[in-house]
Amino acid sequence: MTSRQRLWFFAVAAAGLVACYLWAFAGLPGFGHYPGPYGQVILNEAVKQTNATGVVSAVNFEYRGFDTVGEEFILFTAAAGMSVVLRKLRGERAHRPADETGSAAAARPDQAGSAIRIPALLLVGPTALIGWWLASHAQANPSGGFQGGVILASAFILIYLSGEFLTFRRLSPVALLDAVEAVGAAGFAAIGLAAVAQGFPYLYNFLPLGQTPGAVSSSGTIALISFFVGLEVAAAFVLIVGELLEQSLLRQRSA
Amino acid sequence: MTPAALMDTLQVVALLLVGAGATAVVRTRNRVRQVLALSVYGILLAILFLAFQAPDVTLSELTVGAVALPIVLLLAISKVHKRAQPPEPARPARPAQPDRKPER
Amino acid sequence: MQVVPFLVVAWIVVAGLYGIVTSRDLIHQIICLIVVQSSTYVLLLGVGYVTGGVAPYFYDIPLHTKAVDPVVQALALTDVVVEAAVTALLLSFAIQAHKRFGTLDPHELAEFKG
Repeated sequence: MTSRQRLWFFAVAAAGLVACYLWAFAGLPGFGHYPGPYGQVILNEAVKQTNATGVVSAVNFEYRGFDTVGEEFILFTAAAGMSVVLRKLRGERAHRPADETGSAAAARPDQAGSAIRIPALLLVGPTALIGWWLASHAQANPSGGFQGGVILASAFILIYLSGEFLTFRRLSPVALLDAVEAVGAAGFAAIGLAAVAQGFPYLYNFLPLGQTPGAVSSSGTIALISFFVGLEVAAAFVLIVGELLEQSLLRQRSA
Repeated sequence: MTPAALMDTLQVVALLLVGAGATAVVRTRNRVRQVLALSVYGILLAILFLAFQAPDVTLSELTVGAVALPIVLLLAISKVHKRAQPPEPARPARPAQPDRKPER
Repeated sequence: MQVVPFLVVAWIVVAGLYGIVTSRDLIHQIICLIVVQSSTYVLLLGVGYVTGGVAPYFYDIPLHTKAVDPVVQALALTDVVVEAAVTALLLSFAIQAHKRFGTLDPHELAEFKG
């Protein structure tokens, strides 16, 4: 099939797709007139039932906790799958890794200058702190394990971006990252099983709910689950970036 | 204008920008430029999500779309791009001599 | 205003699919797939929006203020982060394909068998 035929075929198919979409959207009650009772019920009951003022996190880790376990394991599997797919093929050898600072930098004039390196290194600490804060305050504010985990991972990635590749590798050994990711994923599943061990359904909120809604120690398992999710997401992203960086060191022997 | 009309205008403008951004991302054929266009598209999406009163999704989209995804994409691009050139052994650079006459 | 978000969603889907169909580069295709996925976030949030509603966080506003739907926000939130990891997995496939076959053109890759 030539590319013009391909385009015509696509045009016809896209027209059919758009027609079906518009037919489906015609059945929806317009933008802004959300009718569904589920959302309203949760908005009315969530703060009373879980003492968490961040209703989205309460939905994520309590009311729809089972979906979140599934999503987290998708993340876990993607990171593990990358390690499997990006294995060394036959005939590949690894370069020696080198920092992009110091004497190596003098030999390569196209470096990230100090204007990039120094702010990046300065921002590592605050970024890690912000990521940690976000991951552990899911029940109060717009925060949560997923966002906090990505920001925590980007703190590690900032170390690489500032040219300190060897430091990045030393601070994020694959064994440690694997262990942290496993602890995060298993922690979430274990909290659910701990509820089962006490005779409740899986992922039931069995920890004490605290006094003030939205305080750090309130909302039972929501804060704990969010913390574990943050660990797992951070480790997964640092693993992913580490895998891709390892690839840049490999070189085909028979190029 | 009333606050409701202002909010409506903001949402319509954000939606149109997102539509234009998607077209721009798809139409860019150069790899690195497309990654940068994707980064800008992520920021436009974050503005749209904020206009839809969803701060959590805004945070996620900002961190993922402007930080994590471009880094992962650029690393992959550099990996497939480098292999187009033959790998050169590491050697101290020799000073260039542009006026070299061929020696007899 | 009633239908603008849904029209934009349809536009994004068709634009992304057009990019995938007419692409000569695996990495371009992967980025167009990201664009198609982003249309689902817009659709989710568009379905759950309530006119005049605020974000569903009751830390400092009274408890029964009119708020938008939190369930679709929770779904979109995990979706965004997981999409990045799945994209990374797709990129690793592209890298290995490039290593084995030396090309990232989907038309040429389709002719290799095994």
